[in-house]
Amino acid sequence: MTILDSLRVALTALRSNLLRSILTTLGIVIGVASVIILVAVGNGATGEVNRQITALGTNMLVIFPDAMRVMGRSSATGSALPLSEGDVTALREKIFGVSGISGQLEESAPVVRGNLNWTTSVSGVHGDYTFVRDWPVREGRELNAQDLRAAGRVALIGSTVAKQLFPGENPIGAEVRIKNVPFQIVGLLSVKGQSAMGRDQDDVMLIPMTTARNRIVGKSDVQVDQVGRIYVKLDDQTNIKVAQEEMEQLLRQRRKNGPNSEDSFSVRNMAEFMRARTEVLSTMSYLLGATSAISLIVGGIGIMNIMLVSVTERTREIGLRMAVGGRKRDIMLQFLVEAVMLCLLGGLIGIALGVGIAWLIAYLASWPVAVSLNVIAGAMTAAGLTGIIFGFFPARRAAGLNPIDALRSE
Amino acid sequence: MTARFEADLPSGQPIIVARDVVKRYRIGEQDVLALDGVTLDIAAGEFVAIMGASGSGKSTMMNLIGALDAPSSGSLAIDGRDIGAMAADDLADLRNRTIGFVFQQFNLLPRTPAYRQVMLPLQYTHPRPTDMETQARQRLEQVGLANRMDHLPRQLSGGQQQRVAIARALVNNPKILLADEPTGALDSRTSDDIMRLFSALNSDGITIVVVTHEPEIAEWAKRRITFRDGRIVSDVRQASPQREAAQ
Ligand SMILES: Nc1ncnc2c1ncn2[C@@H]1O[C@H](COP(=O)(O)OP(=O)(O)OP(=O)(O)O)[C@@H](O)[C@H]1O
Ligand SMILES: [Mg+2]
Repeated sequence: MTILDSLRVALTALRSNLLRSILTTLGIVIGVASVIILVAVGNGATGEVNRQITALGTNMLVIFPDAMRVMGRSSATGSALPLSEGDVTALREKIFGVSGISGQLEESAPVVRGNLNWTTSVSGVHGDYTFVRDWPVREGRELNAQDLRAAGRVALIGSTVAKQLFPGENPIGAEVRIKNVPFQIVGLLSVKGQSAMGRDQDDVMLIPMTTARNRIVGKSDVQVDQVGRIYVKLDDQTNIKVAQEEMEQLLRQRRKNGPNSEDSFSVRNMAEFMRARTEVLSTMSYLLGATSAISLIVGGIGIMNIMLVSVTERTREIGLRMAVGGRKRDIMLQFLVEAVMLCLLGGLIGIALGVGIAWLIAYLASWPVAVSLNVIAGAMTAAGLTGIIFGFFPARRAAGLNPIDALRSE
Repeated sequence: MTARFEADLPSGQPIIVARDVVKRYRIGEQDVLALDGVTLDIAAGEFVAIMGASGSGKSTMMNLIGALDAPSSGSLAIDGRDIGAMAADDLADLRNRTIGFVFQQFNLLPRTPAYRQVMLPLQYTHPRPTDMETQARQRLEQVGLANRMDHLPRQLSGGQQQRVAIARALVNNPKILLADEPTGALDSRTSDDIMRLFSALNSDGITIVVVTHEPEIAEWAKRRITFRDGRIVSDVRQASPQREAAQ
C-alpha cells in the first residue's frame, strides 16, 4: 500500500463522514487561525516598531529640557530651563564617542509659496541633524556650517511639503516665505514615511538653528541661545549606556542640579524605549501563542477521539485488509494518513479563517498586519504534527488488532 | 466407476498439513476447546467440503488454515511453511499470495466500486504489480461481472457481491481458495452458480476448501470431512454428480 493509496482511502473515509470530519477539525481550525492572527498582528506591530527604531536612528540619544515621565512630557515644559548652544558644545567636546549632535527647535508655522499655503513643522537644526537622524537629502545639498554662522535663509523640505507647495515641480532653488521671511530651498529630504502614531514625518521643513532663533521662534522665549531638544549620535563602538550616564553627569553639573534634587532634563535612549515596547508585545504574543498551542492540543485530542471511533467503526474493514495481505505498517500508515489529513484540512480552514480575520483587523483597526508565509508553513507543520502525534495511538491500536478478531467484530 | 474414483484421489503434494491442532478459547474461568487435536492432510488440487454441526469447529479450522489465527498447540503447515513459526509480515504475505479467502458475509468495502475491491489484495503485494486494474477487471470478467465493474456493493445482488469477493480472493492467483459458508447468504440457484465456478477453478488446479451446512453444496466436492466437537469424525472421498453434470 503506497502513501497515495492510503491518501485515497483516507479521502473516501473523510468524504463519507464530511460533517463529522469538519466538526472534528474545529479545534485545529481555531488553533491554527489564532496562531496566524496573533503572529500577523504581533509581527505587524513589532515590524512597525523596528522600522521606527531604524527611522529614529540606532545609537541615538535624545535630550529633553525637562524631566520626562514614562510616556509623555511632564506638565512643567513651559517653565523648564532650555538647553543651550553651550550644552551642545560641551556634549560634543566632553563626551567620548559622539559622532554627531544637533539641536532641534520646533515650531508649527504656515509656509507660503505664491498663492499656495501649507502649515508644517518648521525646525531649526544644526548641520549634523540629517546625519544624526539618518535622514539624508535626496536632492540638492545639506545645511552647512556657513549657513549656521551667517543665519542663512535656506531650508530643506520634506517630501510632503514639496508635494503640497511644488506639485509636479522641482523645489530646489525656489523661494518660500515663513512669517514673511523669504527662504531659499536648497535640499529635498528623503522620504521617511509615517510614524507609529500615524504622524507624517515628511511634513517638515528644516532651517539653520541660528535663523530659527532669530526670525521664526516666538520672541517671548527668554534665553537667546536655546536649542530645543538635542539629538546625539554615538559611533558604533561606544556603549550607549555609559555615554548616557556621562551625559547625565555633565548636564547635572552645567545645570546645577544637586545630587538630591530631581534632574531638570532627561536623556532618552529612544531605540531602547521602543525595544522595551516590542518586548511587551512579544511577551504578549508568547502568551497568546501558548493559548493557541493549547487549542491545538485540545484539537488533537478531538482528532484522536474521532480516530478511535473510526477504528472501532471500521474494525471489520481492518480485519479484511489484514486478511487479504495488509501488513501492520500498512494499517498503521492508513490511519496516520487519515489523522494527518484531518488535521491538515483543519489547518487549511484555519489559515483561510486566520488570514481573513487578520486582514479584517488590519482594515478595521488600521493596525499594521504582517501575514508571513513562514507562519503559515509553521502552522501547517504544527497541524500535521498534531495529526501524527494524536493519530499515532489510534493507528497503533488498529494495526495491533488480530485479523480474526477484527473480522468477527460487530 | 472405480477408475473415476481413482482419478479423484489426490495426486499433488500435501499443501495443508495439520498435526494435532488444538484451539482453545478462554472465556472467564472456562476453557472452550474449539479444536481438539485435528490431524489432516490436504493435497494440492483437492476440492474439500467441511461439514458438521454448528459449533463443531469448522470456522475455527478454516481461520487457522487461512493464517488468520494461530493454533494453541499442534502444528499447521501451509504450502510447506509452519504458520506457528512465521513472522507477522510473512503471514500477511502468505494471506496475500497463497491463500484466497471467501467469507459468508462477503466483507466488501462500502462505497468502493467492484474493480477497486478486487484490486485491494494487489495493493498489498510486494513488489507491487503495475497492471493492478487490468488484472482486477480480468478477474471480474472471469466471475461473470464484466458489466458490473464500477458498481458499488449496494448496487449489486447478494450473488454478485459474493462473485466480487471471489474475484478478490482469486486476483493474486492463490494456490488455495478457502470459503467459509460462501453460499450461506444466497438462494439455491445462486449457490449452484457459485459452486460451478469453484468447480471450474478446481479443474484449473486450485485447491479448494469449502465449509457448508448444506449436503447439496458438499456434493460438489471430491472429499468430504465432517467435524464434531472439534474433531474429525469422518473423511470420505466421493464422486460428484453435480460436477459430472456441470462438465
Ligand atoms: N473467539 C472465540 N471466543 C470464544 N469461543 C469461540 C471463539 N470462536 C469460536 N469459539 C467457540 O469455538 C467453538 C467452535 O466455533 P466455530 O465458529 O469454529 O464453529 P462452526 O463449526 O464454524 O459453527 P457454525 O456452523 O455455527 O459456523 C464454538 O463452541 C464457539 O463457541
Ligand atoms: Mg462457522
